[in-house]
Amino acid sequence: MNFESILFETPEDRTGIPSPEMPGFFVDLNLDQIVASVTKGKEEYDLRAFFWSPLRRLGAIEYRQEVMRELERPDTARVIVAFAQQMHNVRRYLARADSLYYPLQKQRWFLDAAEVYCGAVSSLAGELSAADVTSRGLAAFRGYLRDYSNSELFKSLEKETRESKTELADVEYCIRIKGKSVTVRRCESEADLSADVEKTFERFRQGEARDYRARFAEPVEMNEVEAQILELVAQLYPDTFDALRSYCERHKDFPDPTIVAFDREVQFYVAYLDFIRPIRAEGLSFCYPVVSDTSKEISDLEGFDLALANKFLSDSRQVVCNDFHLQGKERILVVSGPNQGGKTTFARQFGQTHYLASLGCPVPGKEAKLFLFDKLFTHFEKEENVEDLRSKLEDDLVRIHDILSEATPRSIIIANEILTSTTLNDAVSLSKNVMGSIDRLDLLCLWVTFVEELASCSDKAVSLVSLVVPEDPTLRTYKIARRPGDGISYAAAIAEKYGLTYGALKERIKP
Amino acid sequence: MKVCLMYRGRDFDPGERLPWNGPDLMQDLQLDRVFGAMAAGDRFLRDVAKSAALSGLNNSLDIILYRQAVLRDCLNNSPLVRRIYKLAADAIETRRKSYWGSDVSTYPPSILSGAVETLQIFLGALTELRTIADEDAGSFASEGFTQFFTRIKREISNDYLGEVQSRLNELKFPEGVLVSARLGRGNKGTNYTVRKPDGEKGWVRRVFGRRPESYTFRIGDRDETAARILSELNCRGINLVANATAQSAEHITSFLASLQNELAFYLGCVNLHGRLTDAGEPVCFPLPAPAGERRLSFEELYDLSLALEMQKPVVPNDVHADGKSLVLITGANKGGKTTFIRSVGLAQVMMQCGMFVPARSFSSGLCAGVFTHFRRKEDVSMESGKLDEELSRMSQIADRLAANSLVLFNEAFAATNQREGSEIAKQIVRALLERRVKVLFVTHLYPFAHEFYGEGMAEVLSLRAERTADGTRTYKLIEEEPLETSYGEDLYTKIFK
Repeated sequence: MNFESILFETPEDRTGIPSPEMPGFFVDLNLDQIVASVTKGKEEYDLRAFFWSPLRRLGAIEYRQEVMRELERPDTARVIVAFAQQMHNVRRYLARADSLYYPLQKQRWFLDAAEVYCGAVSSLAGELSAADVTSRGLAAFRGYLRDYSNSELFKSLEKETRESKTELADVEYCIRIKGKSVTVRRCESEADLSADVEKTFERFRQGEARDYRARFAEPVEMNEVEAQILELVAQLYPDTFDALRSYCERHKDFPDPTIVAFDREVQFYVAYLDFIRPIRAEGLSFCYPVVSDTSKEISDLEGFDLALANKFLSDSRQVVCNDFHLQGKERILVVSGPNQGGKTTFARQFGQTHYLASLGCPVPGKEAKLFLFDKLFTHFEKEENVEDLRSKLEDDLVRIHDILSEATPRSIIIANEILTSTTLNDAVSLSKNVMGSIDRLDLLCLWVTFVEELASCSDKAVSLVSLVVPEDPTLRTYKIARRPGDGISYAAAIAEKYGLTYGALKERIKP
Repeated sequence: MKVCLMYRGRDFDPGERLPWNGPDLMQDLQLDRVFGAMAAGDRFLRDVAKSAALSGLNNSLDIILYRQAVLRDCLNNSPLVRRIYKLAADAIETRRKSYWGSDVSTYPPSILSGAVETLQIFLGALTELRTIADEDAGSFASEGFTQFFTRIKREISNDYLGEVQSRLNELKFPEGVLVSARLGRGNKGTNYTVRKPDGEKGWVRRVFGRRPESYTFRIGDRDETAARILSELNCRGINLVANATAQSAEHITSFLASLQNELAFYLGCVNLHGRLTDAGEPVCFPLPAPAGERRLSFEELYDLSLALEMQKPVVPNDVHADGKSLVLITGANKGGKTTFIRSVGLAQVMMQCGMFVPARSFSSGLCAGVFTHFRRKEDVSMESGKLDEELSRMSQIADRLAANSLVLFNEAFAATNQREGSEIAKQIVRALLERRVKVLFVTHLYPFAHEFYGEGMAEVLSLRAERTADGTRTYKLIEEEPLETSYGEDLYTKIFK
């Protein structure tokens, strides 16, 4: 099997990827926050663009899901993490070899980089060949790695690196500083004076003493005196240093580009799994969704807003989980109910879940069936600007028009409190018109609105309501349930709380 | 090498964390006066006495007897003990005054020379210690001292003293510093180690005329940068040997400091002992009984802190409360009840840290902690919260109680009316007894005292402050049932006559 990339099964899958800019809906869905958290601390891999680029083929999603599942296994993850750490060091060492001045120093950093690289490649090859690899992606990479690590090129790099390291490790020299002169020679078998001192006073030792060692700055660079001493050491050990110089010439192109690309791309999976691990530890579920590009019967059981769950980690609060599902000809979720009841959060959950599924990532929820969209549109209300009501309504309508003309039956639209900048009657009639277009397009839509009757305007629409605690309607549950919009029961509950229901009020007023 | 005069096999640490209720014990048992007498003006002795007494409540029976024996040796050889104490204290003092190794001084050459200088002084102290061991070890009989001198003779031989001296001479580097190194990261030098120039090999080499290959360069006379780099290289070179030397000095410092600490405790005891015998007060070594045993018997036990304050003999008490878990003390105001309960607590603390006690004879079971619940001075601003405060204190104590703990109550739970106070006290004390806690309770809560006495429990002893028919206090406690009145009327009459 040919190995293309750990992120893409075929060269076609990566067409147009990585996308140069963040999709427009990222901010509305708080996906920007999610990606920022996922890629935090992994800037060196420049992963954001991969998270900006949804896949368009079901097979491409399955390819990633397989690899992701495999990397969830702790033994596989450990192997990849160890490899990444070593490759990170290879880059650091090579950067030093590049930037330093004295040749004897550059050569040594280059040698050390090669040593770490050889260790990284052979231990990864060894671990993977012993592992039970099931994903197509890792299996193909394993094959590539086996061939590379058995190649003559790699074998000779490994052997010569080892030899050079051994010789340098054996170098030992003595320095005597007398006034302004420095003498360098090989060591004889002179005794270690510190050891003698420790031995003499050993009988008084009890426990650990303070550390009196002075700390010295350890710059990577050498100063001129160190460089002069090193030159003299090289004269004391000419064979060792001649060998080092020609080694560096021979292997100057050593890091293999395919392995370098794998190291970067596999971090897509590692980063995402690292990100969801603490959230899972809070008892929240993630699952690999069944993704379809034909069936619009979607569902998610106990999903949640991932950005919110991540934010709550630091305040040790827990997000409320919510379900959604559409069956038969249902296409549109109309969400209404009291303010601050979790409607926007629910809308984000819906959008994030679909988007993350299109990346091949596990999504919030215990079980999910999702649709592979061609385009995803969001229209969230922006900051209110009172003086500008008219133009805001106009903007709203322009935006909706644009969306509707670009959308196809395979698109997803998420609308949040649009068309609010007008009278209720206007809002109802405009909304009904928009609903008509959505209905005709037969696309998937989630619409948060205060226009409760909207759900009854289309037989593809279902009504969802954010719930309150019946005994105390001022408390939100952040639960969204499938039921008809019913503003009246909410008002009645508030009245009861304040003793203003018919019965309560009658009781309080004595005859 | 350890001193081990306080514990078998380990050092005494005066910085050890003191029990949580240390401040309460200090206040309620008036320990300050006792420690003051032990210090005889030396603050260091006072601190050590305090730490030893308060941390002593965990000591085993074995350690108590071990210390009693060491203390007897100290009482018999006080001039020698003072001499050893002084040699340790003087050495520690010179180390304290030298600045090397302080946070501001991390320059290896000055650490090295400072440590060598300090070690030279310690060498003098060790030599003197060895001389004392040779000449006077025979006058000591306790296990603690005998083994201490044995260790000194074994570890600090004359050969050893010679070895230390030659090591110190080498560290002055009469022939300059020779440093070995290996290649570290990026081929920079690492593992700098000071080498001892090998005299004999050098001689062999000269005879056979083989000179090792060596290269020398000089830095420019005015090149200050290079000069600074060379001096840093020198620092790196001697860094490890300076550390090893400084650590050695530190190890000997802690040996001498332990010697000073442990002898400080015994010297404090010697001071107190001298003061009491000069005043003609009785003192005795107590007989500790295992923790489970309900033992409390004494003759002529007096309140040491009161005696020290009055500077004259105070009224002593005899009690035989063996087999008792609860001692109720009732009776006349100003009748010596507080003094009595304090004298018992004080003697218990002194016994458990290995001291003698202020009595003709004293025997008691070991206690798993001594706790005091004394009435605190009335705080006007918090009057309403008084019972609250008392119960909160009791709750803190309860967190720390275990079987065989001793709790001394002095008029506890009196911040409310008698019935409520009695009910609280009854419930608390009953729980304590069932959990095997020993209790001494000074109280005016008659319903409480009477209920326990009335039950006729074998483990209850009732003592009453004696009052003669004319109302005079003898400050003696006698075995009598609790009486309903505390003769406050007497006091009232006396004051308002």
